[in-house]
Amino acid sequence: MNAVAMAVADGATIAKRNAVKIRRVPDILGFVILSPVMFVLLFAYVFGSVIEIPGMSYREFLLPGIFTQTVIFGAALTGLGVTEDLQKGIIDRFRTLPMAPSAVLVGRTTSDVIANVISLTAMSLTGLLVGWRIHTSPHEAALGFVLLLLFAYALSWVMAVVGLAIRTPEVYNNASFMVILPLSFIANTFVDSTRLPGPLRVVAEWNPVSAVTQAVRELFGNTSSAMAVPEAWPLQHPLLASLLWIAVILAVFVPLATWRYKKAVSR
Amino acid sequence: MFGLLGPNGAGKTTTVRILTTLLTPDAGKATVAGFDVVKDARPLRSHIGASGQYSAVDEHLTGAENLEMIGRLYHLGARRSRQRARELLERFDLAEAGDRPVKGYSGGMRRRIDLAGALVVDPPVLFLDEPTTGLDPRARAGLWDVITELVVGGTTLLLTTQYMEEADQLADQIAVVDHGRVIARGTADQLKDQIGGDRIELAVGDIQTDAGALQVTVPVTNGAASLADALARLSSAEVTVRDVGLRRPTLDDVFLGLTGHEAETTTSQDVDIEDTDNTVLAKEYSR
Repeated sequence: MNAVAMAVADGATIAKRNAVKIRRVPDILGFVILSPVMFVLLFAYVFGSVIEIPGMSYREFLLPGIFTQTVIFGAALTGLGVTEDLQKGIIDRFRTLPMAPSAVLVGRTTSDVIANVISLTAMSLTGLLVGWRIHTSPHEAALGFVLLLLFAYALSWVMAVVGLAIRTPEVYNNASFMVILPLSFIANTFVDSTRLPGPLRVVAEWNPVSAVTQAVRELFGNTSSAMAVPEAWPLQHPLLASLLWIAVILAVFVPLATWRYKKAVSR
Repeated sequence: MFGLLGPNGAGKTTTVRILTTLLTPDAGKATVAGFDVVKDARPLRSHIGASGQYSAVDEHLTGAENLEMIGRLYHLGARRSRQRARELLERFDLAEAGDRPVKGYSGGMRRRIDLAGALVVDPPVLFLDEPTTGLDPRARAGLWDVITELVVGGTTLLLTTQYMEEADQLADQIAVVDHGRVIARGTADQLKDQIGGDRIELAVGDIQTDAGALQVTVPVTNGAASLADALARLSSAEVTVRDVGLRRPTLDDVFLGLTGHEAETTTSQDVDIEDTDNTVLAKEYSR
């Protein structure tokens, strides 16, 4: 078997192993299905009752934001999986096998895409129940979901680096929130970013999360002509900006994670 | 089978980790099955199996799924992996438990599934790092049977243990390690000979008093004669002998003789008496 075919096959084997756990471990299943559904309902009914968005219902505005936030949370699962594997002997077993070393991280990030597909499905169904609709063509809608998954995949590699640096699942759980909460809140996910004060607004406008959220809003047609799009370049060209962000994140964090993984396991 | 015997922190696990390509040595050279552990690490991995002291299986997968996954990672292909998993479950008496998640397995079952994982490709060289640590005696005996079978089947096996009894029972050749160095090597008998002679074990005094304090082990050169002599002296000193025995040295004694300290994991109450002169013994217990 050549090296590439082997890396793909081994990555798939590890991904399958992780995917089995999604349905077998109640914690993960809850994380993947219940908490995204709960977020949709909480934000829709609590924030939705008080926040007003010009020209559209808050729920329409909200759902793409929740989608983005949830796939970020899903990406955080990657780091948790990595720390848990490091704590147990399983990585040692893998390393005595003639498998591609890349398979552990490739398999992990891939299985977390599966987890995110499940989350997105559960949230979309909940969204439809609370009044969210897609107003565009099926292929634009599909592109929206693909973009979310791509973004989550890129972030998985970021969270893998965090996990490899921290190594303890309990500490990781706290540390990951320090990364994903600012990332998902200082953005246009839940609020109109133009109404944020100066510096916070700049951060929000250049936050990759905002570009992705804006792109998804446009792809799903969850926008309103009454609401001006900010002047910042990434939000004027959200799809292009999102794809660029994804490429940059992968280019930086895939090698970084691979390097940290080698370091973490050879102790 | 080669046994690597030593207390915690002696360097057994480090040695195994280097030989199984998990650690890169700072210096020196090692070859396993003709492969350099650093330069030929990748091809070497197809020829070795390893089972560690911490179970290297996935708790949430079933026994069968674990073995199948390992088969796939050895690139056996889907059908062969599945078939091999069934064979191993059968052989390790796990056929029934095979479709349950490992999470619910007992300690002994976990070790067996872990060992089965190391045998998926029937590797010519097998590393077992403290395979029985933490097992109850019955599970340990079960694992010993399996290990013995493997050796009979022609597998080269490196076993690390902190149990003297285990090395004694299983290994053909033993190296005793302490603080990262081999301090003695040979067969179990050679090691025992190296520290010489037999042991007299004596328990004296009233049975109701603290037994531990009244027990003594003394190495002697001429077992039978020394025993007779000791008993004669004790009886003339009017010491009650509660129990007496003559035994070959155990590896515990070997370790004690070689390192000057006891193997850290044993709970032996043996008293160390340097002087082999039996009068010392008689004096000490004629009080």
